Amino acid sequence: MTATLTPVKKRSALTKGQLPKWAPYLVLAVALVLGAAIMALIGFHAFGWGLVSAILFAAGLVGWSGAVEGSRKAKDKLATCLVVGSFLIALLPLVSVIWTVLVNGLPGLTDPGFLTTSMNGVTGAFDNKSVEEGAPVVGGIFHALIGTLLITLVATIISVPIGLLTAIYLVEYGNDRPLARSITFFVDVMTGIPSIVAGLFAAAFFFAIVGPGTKTGAVAAVALSVLMIPVVVRSSEEMLKIVPNELREAAYALGVRKWRTILKVVIPTAISGIASGVTLAIARVIGETAPILVTAGFATSINYNVFSGWMASLPTFIYTQILNPTSPSNPDPSSQRAWGAALVLIILVMLLNLIARLIARAFAPKTGR
Amino acid sequence: MTTTSLTSSRGAGRAGDKVFSGATLAAGCLILAVLFGVALFLVVQAFPALTASPDMIKGGEGFFAYIWPIVIGTLIAATIALVIATPIAIGVALFISHFAPRQLASGLGYVVDLLAAIPSVVYGAWGAAFLAKEISPAYNWLANNMGWLPIFQGPASATGKTILTAGIVLAVMILPIITSLTREIFLQTPKLHEEASLALGATRWEMIKMAVLPFARPGIISAVMLGLGRALGETMAVALVLSSGALTASLIQTGNQTIAAEIALNFPEASGIQVSTLIAAGLVLFVITLGVNMIARWIITRHKEFSGAN
Repeated sequence: MTATLTPVKKRSALTKGQLPKWAPYLVLAVALVLGAAIMALIGFHAFGWGLVSAILFAAGLVGWSGAVEGSRKAKDKLATCLVVGSFLIALLPLVSVIWTVLVNGLPGLTDPGFLTTSMNGVTGAFDNKSVEEGAPVVGGIFHALIGTLLITLVATIISVPIGLLTAIYLVEYGNDRPLARSITFFVDVMTGIPSIVAGLFAAAFFFAIVGPGTKTGAVAAVALSVLMIPVVVRSSEEMLKIVPNELREAAYALGVRKWRTILKVVIPTAISGIASGVTLAIARVIGETAPILVTAGFATSINYNVFSGWMASLPTFIYTQILNPTSPSNPDPSSQRAWGAALVLIILVMLLNLIARLIARAFAPKTGR
Repeated sequence: MTTTSLTSSRGAGRAGDKVFSGATLAAGCLILAVLFGVALFLVVQAFPALTASPDMIKGGEGFFAYIWPIVIGTLIAATIALVIATPIAIGVALFISHFAPRQLASGLGYVVDLLAAIPSVVYGAWGAAFLAKEISPAYNWLANNMGWLPIFQGPASATGKTILTAGIVLAVMILPIITSLTREIFLQTPKLHEEASLALGATRWEMIKMAVLPFARPGIISAVMLGLGRALGETMAVALVLSSGALTASLIQTGNQTIAAEIALNFPEASGIQVSTLIAAGLVLFVITLGVNMIARWIITRHKEFSGAN
C-alpha cells in the first residue's frame, strides 16, 4: 500500500486526497489476479472467478478510497460499484438465456423439414429409433407456426381498431371527463391482468356462449386481444398526445370537421408511433403461452381454420414437448424440437421489435421544414 | 348564427362527426365491458365449484382447503422474485439514468428491454434445463450449512426444481418492468434539485440519496407493486421449473405450487367440476392481482401532479 501511495504525496495541494485516475484499473488488475489465485486453491469456475474478483475489486477500491479520500468519497465509490454490479448481474440471465437457446436450438432448426413439416403421425417409435439407431429426428413446427401466425393475426384484427378508437376517444373527445378518467384507470388495471386469467376469461366466455369444451383458435385470439388492447391503447394514446395542437387548430380554422381532422391530420402525423406501438404489442402477445394453453388446446396436425378444431402454437408446442415428450423413454428428440421452436420464437419476437424500431424511424415526422 | 351557410352546409359531414365520435365512445365503453365481463364470466363459471359438495373438489376437502396452499405458494414465489429483483432493478435504473455515459444510456436501456422481449415459455425452459441444474449444488450447500433456518431445511432437491429456482426465474422476468418504470421516474427528477445538491459539494451518491430517491419513492413503490402483480400471475416459469407438491416452508425442497401453474398444468385435461374449480382459482388470482394493481395505480395517480410518472 505504501508504495502505491507515494504518487499521491507528490501532488499539489488542490488535488491532494484524491485517488489517481488509474486507481480503478490497478485495483481491477490486482482483484483479477487475486481472484484467479483464490479460485486456483478451491477449484476453478468462471462464474466464481468473476464473482470473487468483483467483490475484491469493490472492497479494494472502497478501502483505498476510504484511506485516502475519506468516508464520503468511499461511500460514493461503494454505491457506484453496487450500481454497476447490479447492471452486470442483470445482463447475466440475458446472455445465459440467449446462449442456451442458441446452443440447444441450432441442431433442431437446421434439421431438414423442421420448418415445413408438422407433428402429425410422429410417434414415440420414431424418436426411439432416432436415439437408438441414429436416424434423423422427424417432425417439425409448421403447424405451430401457422397456428401462432393465424391466432396473432386474428387478435391483431380485433385489438387494433378497438384500441386505436379508444385512444382517439381519450385524447380527442375525453377532455378528462369521468368516463375518460375511468377508462384510463381500467386500461392501466387491464395491463396487469395475468395472462392465464385472460385465457380463462375467453374460455369461460365461449363455454357459456357456444358450449362447454369449446377450444379453437378464435377463443385464443379473444384471450390474446384482452392482453393486447391495453398495450395498443396506451401506446397510441401517448402518440396522439404528442401531435401538436397547432395542427388541429389549423385544420379547424380551415373549416375541416373534427373527424376529418383526426383522420387526415392527427393520425397521419402519429402513424409511425402507432404502427411501432402495435408491432410491439404483437411482439408481446406472440410469445404468450398460458392463454393459448387453456383456449386452443394442442394439436399435432395443421389446422388453417381458426373457428373450428384445436390449434397448435409455438409457445404451447415448446411447453408440451418439454413437459410431455413424444417418447417418454427418450425425451432428447422432443427437447431438441422444443429448443428449435424456442429459437424460432425468439427470432420472431426480436424481428418484430426490430421492425417496430425501423417503422418508428422510417415514418417519423420530418422535422426542420 | 344558426342560419348561416357556414354551419348548415355539409349535413353529411355532421353525420360523420356523430358516427366517428360515437364509434370512439363505443370502443372505450367496450373496454370497460370487457373488464367487467372478465369478472362476470369468471364468477358465473366458477360458481359451481364454490357451491359443490367438498368431496367433489380435488383433495376432497372443499374449495378453500384446496385454494389456500396454492395462494400461499403464489405469495412465496412472488415474494422471492421481489426480494431479488427490486434492489437489482433500482441499481440498473440508476446506472442507466445517472451513471452510464450519456451516449450509451439509451442503448443500455434497450438491452434491458430485450429481457422483456424474451417469451415467458423460453424463460421457463431455460430455468428448467439450465438454471435448475447449475444451482442445485448451491442448494446442497445451503441445506448443509444453513439448514437450521426453516426456509433452507434439507434435504435439498436433487434436480434443483424448487420454488426458489422458480422465484429466481420470476425475478429475471419482472426485472425489466421495474427497471423501465423506475428509470423513467429517475429521469424526471428536477435537474435543478440535482445540480443544487452537486453545487453544494455532494458526491454523486449523496445527490442521489438526497435529491433523486426521495423524489422517486412513490414511483418506486408503484413500480414494485406492478412487478408484484406480474410475478403473481406469471404461469410458464413456474409450471415448467417447479416440480410441485404440498405446501412446505423449505424453499429448497420439492413442493409448493402457484395458482397460475396449477391452472396451466390441469386445465387442458380438466372436465366438469374440475373446470369450475380451476376457473374459481383463476378468479382468486384475478382478485389478488387486481387489488395489487389498483393500489399501485392509485399511488401513481395520487402523486401524478409532481412526479409525472404514469
